[in-house]
Amino acid sequence: MGDLGMFFALSGAVLAALMAGIGSAIAVGMAGEAAAGVVTDDPSKFGKVLILQLLPGTQGIYGLLIAFITLNQIGVLGGTADISLIKGLLYLVACLPMAFVGLWSAIRQARASVASIALVAKRPDQAGKAIIFPAMVETYAILALLISILAVTGVGGISI
Amino acid sequence: MPEKNYTYAVARIRSKELQLLDTQFINQLVAARSYHECVKLLLDKGWGQEGHMEVEQILAYEYKRAWDFIAELVEDMSVFDVLLLPNDYHNLKAAIKLVYTGLQEDKHFIDQGTINPDTILEAVRTQDDSLLPEHMRSSAKEAYQTVTQTGDGQLCDLIIDKASLEALYAAGKVQTNDVLRHYAELKIASSNIRIAVRSQKTGKSLDWIQRAMAPCDTLDVERLSQAAVSSFEAICEYLRQTEYEDGVEELVSSLSSFERWCEDRLIQKILPQKYNPFTIGPLAAYLLAKGNEIKTVRIILLGKMNQLPDDSIKERLRLMYV
Repeated sequence: MGDLGMFFALSGAVLAALMAGIGSAIAVGMAGEAAAGVVTDDPSKFGKVLILQLLPGTQGIYGLLIAFITLNQIGVLGGTADISLIKGLLYLVACLPMAFVGLWSAIRQARASVASIALVAKRPDQAGKAIIFPAMVETYAILALLISILAVTGVGGISI
Repeated sequence: MPEKNYTYAVARIRSKELQLLDTQFINQLVAARSYHECVKLLLDKGWGQEGHMEVEQILAYEYKRAWDFIAELVEDMSVFDVLLLPNDYHNLKAAIKLVYTGLQEDKHFIDQGTINPDTILEAVRTQDDSLLPEHMRSSAKEAYQTVTQTGDGQLCDLIIDKASLEALYAAGKVQTNDVLRHYAELKIASSNIRIAVRSQKTGKSLDWIQRAMAPCDTLDVERLSQAAVSSFEAICEYLRQTEYEDGVEELVSSLSSFERWCEDRLIQKILPQKYNPFTIGPLAAYLLAKGNEIKTVRIILLGKMNQLPDDSIKERLRLMYV
């Protein structure tokens, strides 16, 4: 049963890194296409559109952070690796907010970024406002990160 | 089926949209004192090339440049068949007339089409249908036979124009993008209305009218043709029951006012594409806006060349996309 517990806990860590990473890869790629389009015609806008391209990349970092904390908690990176089945399942559940919200919010944030890149292409003086729109989506990725951190660290303290 | 994304292309279009002519610049052109001042303003704006002074030279260059830019962005240009097919049929018409008259000029051809104008000319010259796309074969044959046997250029035009509208209808039907679908429908409907009005004014027969009109979804062609043999009021009465009711007033005023109304309606329909970041819609909208811009500039330049009063030119101006 201990092996199964470890399997589920590890699955949680992998899912957080995997799904949020996939989301960010798709998103940064999408925003990159739009940014390249703008820079082709006006290289002076590189700095402004680069920020907008990078915004949806944070979900991948959050996923990595959750995976790292979980691996540390379950002893994969050192220490004892004895996880009960229930505890393993709890780790898995604790990682899910970051996994799902990371994937979805990155893709939605990319759409907002692409729209904002178009805004910068036409109105470069509005670049500050253009950053706000995709940044709003970040809120929900941060909320998911917070819950996953609290849950993963909290599960570590439960003795079951 | 979800539409393909054109994220890079749309971003480039956004930059290019900054170079489209806005209402302010159009007013500046109208206010210019002479044709040469207009041309200078256009050249300063980046239109045409150094040394270009002729209207058609400048406009043809600008039209070609817009299409070359889009061709650079889109791998499969067949998505724009709706916009290119009428050019193919125009070239077919020109090819038949060139072969019939034995002239050698090629200035009547439009380069932007789904097939090369030289191929169309070769097909007509050698009577080899296999060189033409399937939708063009029967009309090419019929039109050529008509013009060679009867010498009736008007009937030849009617056959090709009808085939062009039918091809446009078929292309519009398979189109997944709203802008291009709407363009095809509006183009066919406005052509049918124009045919109805002109036929009514010249007293054409019902058979002739029905032969000229093409099917479309927003008009009942049967009712419109019946109205056209009846009276101009009957045409207006029928149109008041369709989605073109707002254009009836313009139609009563003149056919050219109605055409302007149709073009303004198209521009209004494509305006939301300015905020669409992904699909082919903004690219199609750019091409339509460019076409509209070229028409507007042609009106101004010809007006200036013929020394028309500014108010008279302004009446004919189109709504601008930016």
